Amino acid sequence: MFPPARIRNFCIIAHIDHGKSTLADRLLERTGAISERDMREQVLDTMDLERERGITIKAQAVRLNYRAQDGVDYLLNLIDTPGHVDFSYEVSRSLAACEGALLLADAAQGVQAQTLANAHLAINAGLEIIPAVNKIDLPAADPERVIAEMIGVLGGRPEDVLRLSAKSGEGVDHLLDEIVRLVPPPAGDPDSALRALVFDSYYDAYRGVVCYVRIVDGSLSLGDPIRFMATGEIQSVDEVGVLTPKALEVGGLGPGEVGYLITGVKEIGRVKVGDTITNALRGAQTPLPGYDEPKPMVFAGLFPTEGDDFERLREALEKLTLNDASLKYEPESSRALGFGFRLGFLGLLHMEIVRERLEREYGLDLVATAPSVAFRVRLPNGDLLEVQSPQDVPDPDNRLGIEEPYVTAMIIAPAEHIGSIMELVQRRRGEAGSMHYLSPERVELTYRLPLSEVVFDFFDQLKSRTKGYASLDYEPAGYQVSDLVKVDILLNGVPVDAFSAIVHREKAATYGKLMTERLKELIPRQLFDIPIQAAIGGRFIARETVKARRKDVLAKCYGGDITRKRKLLERQKEGKKRMKLVGSVEVPQEAFVAALRVDTD
Amino acid sequence: MLILTDERPDSVELADRAATIRAAYVHIPFCARLCPYCDFAVVTDRDDQTARYCKALTLEIEREKEWAPLDSIYVGGGTPSRVDPQQLGLVLDALAAQHGFSEELEVSIEANPEDWSLDRALALRQAGFNRVSFGAQSFNSSTLLRLGRRHQPDQIAGAVFAAREAGFSSINLDLIFGTPGDGSWGETLVAALSLRPDHLSCYALTVEPGTELFRQVAAGSPGPNSDQQADAWETAAAAAESAGLVRYEVSNWARPGHAVNYNLAVWAQAEYLAFGLGAHRFRSKVRSHNYRHLDTYLAAAEKGASTWAGEEPIEGWTSEVERVFLGIRRVAGVRAGPAGEALWHSDEGQTLAKHGVIELGGGRLVVRRTLLTDAVARALLALPPPPIQN
Repeated sequence: MFPPARIRNFCIIAHIDHGKSTLADRLLERTGAISERDMREQVLDTMDLERERGITIKAQAVRLNYRAQDGVDYLLNLIDTPGHVDFSYEVSRSLAACEGALLLADAAQGVQAQTLANAHLAINAGLEIIPAVNKIDLPAADPERVIAEMIGVLGGRPEDVLRLSAKSGEGVDHLLDEIVRLVPPPAGDPDSALRALVFDSYYDAYRGVVCYVRIVDGSLSLGDPIRFMATGEIQSVDEVGVLTPKALEVGGLGPGEVGYLITGVKEIGRVKVGDTITNALRGAQTPLPGYDEPKPMVFAGLFPTEGDDFERLREALEKLTLNDASLKYEPESSRALGFGFRLGFLGLLHMEIVRERLEREYGLDLVATAPSVAFRVRLPNGDLLEVQSPQDVPDPDNRLGIEEPYVTAMIIAPAEHIGSIMELVQRRRGEAGSMHYLSPERVELTYRLPLSEVVFDFFDQLKSRTKGYASLDYEPAGYQVSDLVKVDILLNGVPVDAFSAIVHREKAATYGKLMTERLKELIPRQLFDIPIQAAIGGRFIARETVKARRKDVLAKCYGGDITRKRKLLERQKEGKKRMKLVGSVEVPQEAFVAALRVDTD
Repeated sequence: MLILTDERPDSVELADRAATIRAAYVHIPFCARLCPYCDFAVVTDRDDQTARYCKALTLEIEREKEWAPLDSIYVGGGTPSRVDPQQLGLVLDALAAQHGFSEELEVSIEANPEDWSLDRALALRQAGFNRVSFGAQSFNSSTLLRLGRRHQPDQIAGAVFAAREAGFSSINLDLIFGTPGDGSWGETLVAALSLRPDHLSCYALTVEPGTELFRQVAAGSPGPNSDQQADAWETAAAAAESAGLVRYEVSNWARPGHAVNYNLAVWAQAEYLAFGLGAHRFRSKVRSHNYRHLDTYLAAAEKGASTWAGEEPIEGWTSEVERVFLGIRRVAGVRAGPAGEALWHSDEGQTLAKHGVIELGGGRLVVRRTLLTDAVARALLALPPPPIQN
């Protein structure tokens, strides 16, 4: 057991691309955790996807051995955190395992919305904050301005803000000393009953469930009988170890230490992230605070292109949820798309990542429906019904009203773009908010917006209106009654559930027109005219027609053409197999994807 | 087998009887230049090889085992009218020597109007040809230019008169509709029909992969518009009918007694011989085709070796589906048989029937909406083969 007084547990909070992963690499290198020869860029980001997108999805923990200036050996545990707005849930999990947080801002780009949002999370979690500006070696760096912004929001003195270049290594040694100096040692009691927080877990095909734990009180040793306090599951410790970053088995972990744990649990879903582990024989009375269940904010249907893949999709989702406790799913059936699942995501990026992982890691070919938010429908008997799919919204006669989720959105952007941002927010039904200057050039704007208006391409629009300089963060802000209607899309008179949407009444006609026009382009001409209609209740608001196909015949079929023409028609016939029959209309699989493509307005 | 004088080209009896026609195809690949839409086996700037080529043809013909007296010979191209009629006569002689000719032999040649003269027409008659098919394509000079053709509209009439004068008993005009930017289709039809052809073929301009036209369209030039082509086809159908021509296949019209034996045989899934560059034949339940590269073909034929570049057996269900696939192109339709019945009873077949595309009556499957024939063909090709019966 390492003396808790010489342990420091910390995480790095940064906006995406502000250099968190590079700094983590540098810390690993400086502490000898990894040789330069083994150094791959961004060692902590293990998944291909993270490497490609340059973002961190899964929190991980690495143990660093550091001999400080005073010659004393310290144990530093670096808990990695994701940096995107969709993953604030995972950020708060990481924070709960730390006593300190390094708050990193890009010396050129300055404080961003996520930096602020996560800094507030860390402060509220009682963490010691060490502010730092990174990338001071960049030609565009303006550390003085960024330092002014940081103390403007966090308080403190300019000289307290560290200056770093994770890339060149400048300032990294000083940073390590400051971590030792400023981050409080863990305060756990080594003699009381074991309490360990499960702050992450993943499923390993060979070893079963691997839990990342932070020991708060007591200690844990190989072979100990343990109990998961929330689930009641009793297991023995089959393996305990630390990540250096390679997995290294140890005999046990003491208070303040961070490591991994393997028990007999093989089945997905039997370990709950946020649960407290205690000793099965000498158990603690009260569990650690843990976390709130992550609340999905965006919902979409995922359907296998091949109906036979439904079971494979189910298995893939079961495995994904162990690594990603925030992902929720339940079976759903669609007349147009067959059997699939309704998934709940933390945000659009989360949705995109899950879909890519399902396709890439599990080899599935999927169709996704338009993302939607969870509405609440007030029923005539006064009850509130939560609805995650437009097709589940009752008819106007069977409801009193629809409430939609709102968020408080924080936008940080150069002041010159205020007008353009306000125009966007207004168009997205935003309510007047507040404005706060971080510096003469940069401003923080706060608005109340319907979530449904934010989850689509709001961020992209914001970026394009601010030449890429705006950042966004948002948090739930309750529900509110809105004048919402359900727009149905009918093909040849038959409603297509996958295309139904809940939209604000003022936007219904635009949505109906957009969808009918798009579908007209996407649906091939058939033997008969196909009306495409958009309707609210029984009232039509838009109509297009796919005219009947008139000519579909080869001009020539003579002695020299027969085999070739037959093969040509056979290839065309294969294309026909990828059609979904909706009523009597053949709809190409791609049409569902293309029609539901999130669009700019 | 013979077509009775005044027999309607679309008669059911003729369509079925055509299965017994013995036909042979001879390919002449030489062209003055390449037309942008053409994907046939053709060569340019090789006219010095025509005599050698015709000799190679006779060698290939002599290699073919004896069949039975031929009812129909079709010399197509390429541009057969660029070749010395005497050379072509030697090829016909070789066919006669190998298989013999039936009494009512039809011998067709494809010709370009600009190559045609009374002398040539007489020489070809002398060589044994009695039917000519002119590549007229259009009677509008700018459309002809766009199609890469070398003749002027008025050369077509001259060619037709010379052919008649020389005693050709059946004359065809080939026309192309739906050329992007062409507004002269009606005018072309009137001009063509005023020449009183015995036979008329109207083809929708088709963008075939590997052609110059394909490259142009891929690069952004306007391609043919299928609705405009449907209009043009309907115009042609009305005009031809009022001129006394009877349609008997998707793209073909004829006066009674003038349907082409060779084509009738192909659509009836009859077996047929074929010789020359890239030529396709159907013999002993195998479809095979020759080399498409001129020097390769010549070398093989001159060595007395096989000229085949590939083959595919057509048997069982494949053959049955193919029979219906070919037969439905005809106005007379096709005996439904197992594949036609299976199509009719499939979901897809019922949808086609419901929308008036196909009809089944008296055991015959007929496509009523001709321009949707390929929708029927695809449904046919999608049918699962029936269980094997012992």
